[in-house]
Amino acid sequence: MNATRVPRVFLVDDHHLFRAGVRSELGDAVEVVGEADEVPAAIELISERLPDVVLLDVHMPGGGGKAVIEAIKPIHPEVTFLALSVSDAPEDVIAVIRAGARGYVTKTISGPELIDAVLRVADGDAVFSPRLAGFVLDAFASMPPEFDLPGPLDPELDHLSPREREVLRLIARGYTYKEVARELTISIKTVESHVSAVLRKLQLSTRHQLTKWATERRLI
Amino acid sequence: MVAAPQRRDHRCISDQLKSRPPRWEAPGPRWGPHGDYPGWRGRDRHHRGRGRLYRSREDRIIGGIAGGIAARLGRDVTVVRIVFVLFGLVSGFGVAVYFFAWLLLPVEGSTETIGSRALSDRQGMTIVLALVPALVIMLLVGSALHANFVSSWGLPLLISAAGLVLVFRNADDEERVRLDDSVKALLQLGSEPRQSRRSFLFRLGTGLVVFVLGVFVISDGALSRSWLRPLGGTLLMIAGTVVLLGPWWLRLALDLMHERQARIRAEERADMAARVHDSVLQTLALIQRSADQPQVVAKLARAQERELRSWLFEGRAPGSFGAEGAATLSAGVEQIEREVEAAHGVAVDAVTVGDAPLDDEMRALLAAGKEATVNAAKWSGASSVSIYVEVEAKRVSMFVRDRGAGFDTDAVAEDRKGIAESIRARMQRNGGTAVVRSVPGEGTEVELSLPRHAGRA
Repeated sequence: MNATRVPRVFLVDDHHLFRAGVRSELGDAVEVVGEADEVPAAIELISERLPDVVLLDVHMPGGGGKAVIEAIKPIHPEVTFLALSVSDAPEDVIAVIRAGARGYVTKTISGPELIDAVLRVADGDAVFSPRLAGFVLDAFASMPPEFDLPGPLDPELDHLSPREREVLRLIARGYTYKEVARELTISIKTVESHVSAVLRKLQLSTRHQLTKWATERRLI
Repeated sequence: MVAAPQRRDHRCISDQLKSRPPRWEAPGPRWGPHGDYPGWRGRDRHHRGRGRLYRSREDRIIGGIAGGIAARLGRDVTVVRIVFVLFGLVSGFGVAVYFFAWLLLPVEGSTETIGSRALSDRQGMTIVLALVPALVIMLLVGSALHANFVSSWGLPLLISAAGLVLVFRNADDEERVRLDDSVKALLQLGSEPRQSRRSFLFRLGTGLVVFVLGVFVISDGALSRSWLRPLGGTLLMIAGTVVLLGPWWLRLALDLMHERQARIRAEERADMAARVHDSVLQTLALIQRSADQPQVVAKLARAQERELRSWLFEGRAPGSFGAEGAATLSAGVEQIEREVEAAHGVAVDAVTVGDAPLDDEMRALLAAGKEATVNAAKWSGASSVSIYVEVEAKRVSMFVRDRGAGFDTDAVAEDRKGIAESIRARMQRNGGTAVVRSVPGEGTEVELSLPRHAGRA
């Protein structure tokens, strides 16, 4: 994406107040090209206006954010999604990420942080909140390979590299990408590529247990 | 005040809940996942097996008698119903007993019986007395025709008819409405009003013909094998009855189900309303009152958010925190999160990876971690503190981080040094380590690490 251009953003949330709040927090940093409060309207308007980033509520009547991603992704792969949620429930988070969202942040996120996340997603990077990083570490750690279910395991996809683990751990500790880069004496670009790689693993891993883990985690 | 009507509203709900009479119930889990929380749904239950015999409001198809008896005996209501039906089929007196019980037992939550009202119902008594000559005529006709069937069933049937008349005339309004509905449906044999008259008559005709055929086969069968007579006749009679009354039974059962569902929904709503009032509305009122103090508002909102979240997503009732001690490391971390937020008005975001049961060493780790968190909340000036806990096979680490003022670790004021020292000493006593990293202007991070012993889960 062209970095000098302001990203075009579309809001999907069934709470009017929340949309208004996000709009004012985003301010001039982005161009809000539309909003929708339900799944069918969102799908229609997004495919009409083709925004760069869709800010997407995870919980909505009619299938939630997942349904929107699943409808748009095959026809317009260039549209990116950033999930917003209040729930923090692992199975919701994992579900939208696996559907194709480029990141996940909680609704209590501050204005500047949200803008930062939107810009990052617009640039094609992944956005991991500390909590999401924790989920991923937990999901991949609590599944030792020998307990894996049948199905071809791709070592590339089903394990985190030590470096990726290190990056995620720092993000879970509340470090920004910049701070992670400084701590590990690598460039921010490298941090971003590690995070994108983790996101890809999270989305493509064939481990059935990922979903199972997320569901079980909620029950504890 | 804005809050006044809401409060009154709530009182209505809780009054309804409290004034509702104790309820008899068939044994067995009926309330699903919520039944486990003491004080959630169990308020008026578990009185089973003691006290007076009542007619049940819950388990009621006709008069609620089987339901009441089942509750008193602690047996399944279906068993009691089957016993009643068998008893009724065998001698007919089962039906009569049922009507007597209907007259003599009060409905649950009341003391007045229908029978006591029926005594002052002179017209009803007249009708009952008028049935006596009818009984005599029936018995005479029956014996003249040598039909034992009529004479053995005549008495209980008439007693039942008398009972039905008295019940119907003297039942209270609520029961009367129910009876009215089922009797009306019985008169149309359960046909929907919009169904055509022709199909109704057709069904009536078919049912009657099949039934009469059955009677005929029993009494005067031309079948060659004698044992086929009663069997075939009974089957035909049952078939006729089903054709005639089936739709009515079906409707009765459906109505009963809907009524029960509606009641469960209403109760759940009341429960929900009471809970939302207790937590959310109270907090909103507090927030309105302290609108000029952003710090307090944020603190209240955070605490409420946490409570609501744990109710909605973890199924814990609001207000149940702290009642039980944390049993796992992650629960302990959550407790720190809540307590520090509540006490210092600073947002605490905790992320836990993995989990472990709490033992003394883990408790020491949590205590040190809490001290570090409180420290950050009190002194750093940052608006939020992050906690990260990771449980690995060989060690447990905990990071407490803020983006506040920070300090020069080499030149600390005595009081702060003391705190850092106490954290460090606590960790060392348990074989762990504590490292404090801080940069003035950028914030502080405390890293606690504790080895786990082999063989410990």
